Amino acid sequence: MTAKPEMNAADIAKAVAGGQLSALAATEAALARIKQHDTVLNAFTDVTADRARVKARAIDADIAAGRKVGPLAGVPFAVKNLFDVAGLATRAGSKINRDLAPAKRDATLIERMEAAGAVLVGALNMGEYAYDFTGENIHDGPSRNPHDTTRMSGGSSGGSGSAVGGALVPIALGSDTNGSIRVPSSFCGIFGLKPTYGRLSRARSFPFVASLDHLGPFARSVTDLALAYDVMQGPDADDGACTTRGVEPVTPLLADSISGLRVAIAGGHFQKNVFPEAVEAVGRVAKALGATQVVDVPEASRARAAAYVITTTEGASLHLDRLRKRPNDFDPAVRDRLIAGAMVPAALVDRAQKFRRWYRAQLAGIFRSVDVLIAPATPCTAPKLGQVNFNLDGIELPVRANIGIHTQPISFIGLPVVAVPVPLEPLPIGVQIIAAPWREDVALRVAYALEQMGVVSAPAPRGF
Amino acid sequence: MAEPLDDYIDAVSKALALPVEEAWRPAVRANLEVSLRLARLVDEFALPDETEPAPIFTA
Repeated sequence: MTAKPEMNAADIAKAVAGGQLSALAATEAALARIKQHDTVLNAFTDVTADRARVKARAIDADIAAGRKVGPLAGVPFAVKNLFDVAGLATRAGSKINRDLAPAKRDATLIERMEAAGAVLVGALNMGEYAYDFTGENIHDGPSRNPHDTTRMSGGSSGGSGSAVGGALVPIALGSDTNGSIRVPSSFCGIFGLKPTYGRLSRARSFPFVASLDHLGPFARSVTDLALAYDVMQGPDADDGACTTRGVEPVTPLLADSISGLRVAIAGGHFQKNVFPEAVEAVGRVAKALGATQVVDVPEASRARAAAYVITTTEGASLHLDRLRKRPNDFDPAVRDRLIAGAMVPAALVDRAQKFRRWYRAQLAGIFRSVDVLIAPATPCTAPKLGQVNFNLDGIELPVRANIGIHTQPISFIGLPVVAVPVPLEPLPIGVQIIAAPWREDVALRVAYALEQMGVVSAPAPRGF
Repeated sequence: MAEPLDDYIDAVSKALALPVEEAWRPAVRANLEVSLRLARLVDEFALPDETEPAPIFTA
């Protein structure tokens, strides 16, 4: 058989393990699609074809020899270019990092994906140093939305959204500090998992905001998302914030009934500044889940403000020396934001960190009486590339500052979220399925149930 | 005419040895205004003296 673009990771792995499809054929099919379509999508910054073929041949040799292969055998995947890939400089969307020595060793999550049989085919475009919600990049050009290439992919993991949304690969990995997995998932119409803070190792990935950075997978189905998540779990001494909890597999639980779960709609901040598409998407998900209760999340706007302050100051700290030595090699918009971040008084940052503790306690209280909160992933569908403002209820608002207003108050306290795509016309939009800390299983089960009901799905790309 | 934050930007720029070219100043100032506005929003929220910060967040 041949690998078709609509084949999910689970289908590919099953066909490879069963001998109907070779890992090399699956890999070549992905490389061919990348070659054919990436000139338009601009999702990839590096294609690791030689490495991928070596890996695929090794899997085929294992199968030929009767050796057991992993649950992702022969599945092509790609990573945001802030993951270390042995032999490549980890550019993190920047010009400056291209001068770094090539990485000597892969990021932990790449090692774990490949240990499960997945085949790395490349590194993906992203917003400079991950300080971005648009997917635009001044050095590499924008990654483009697979449903309308004049529109944003979303950032900062824009290439990840574009590559999976465009069916170039079934799985990609990205990072999420304030929404950078959930925003591209929403704009590109795919599933994304931002796990609990500390769940997945960040070892050998380029950081942005240490106390807010998460890594996670993108996919075109919940089954694929769970497969990737399961193989990447587990402690890692190379990431100081990584949990010591053991692996808690979700795949075997996906089809468990969700009838006992208490689902509520996030109110207040999460129902403001939204376009009708976001209201429609949340409404469809709520109706399918029988959710009518609206829970006010106290001080969510202030939580978003605190996340902004911590982000801009920790980001400034990370880049301070580069700002001194190579200011003209930054995207000017990123540079000027970071310089301003370096000038915020320390007492105000400490206040933000204390507020964070208070806010965490409020959400812990909410999760004593509900199991899942649903909220928009973005206030709108994908804006046009370069768009500066949008008009909401007659008020002009800046696009960049408002794309992440519904994701920031959630990642601020590290809650696990699955972004699920609601296939509206003409463009899809995402909804956040939010669970209590360490309950990725609950969020993924709800996402799976919604997928089975036909309420959420990754639409076929048709923009190119 | 000098903007209210300009003296502050000059002083911190010097203290941190962080250059701010004149051409960048309006954007740096605009970003700083946003950061300080949002920081004030957090600052206005009364918290007990015993509140611990959460710089390394544990879920």
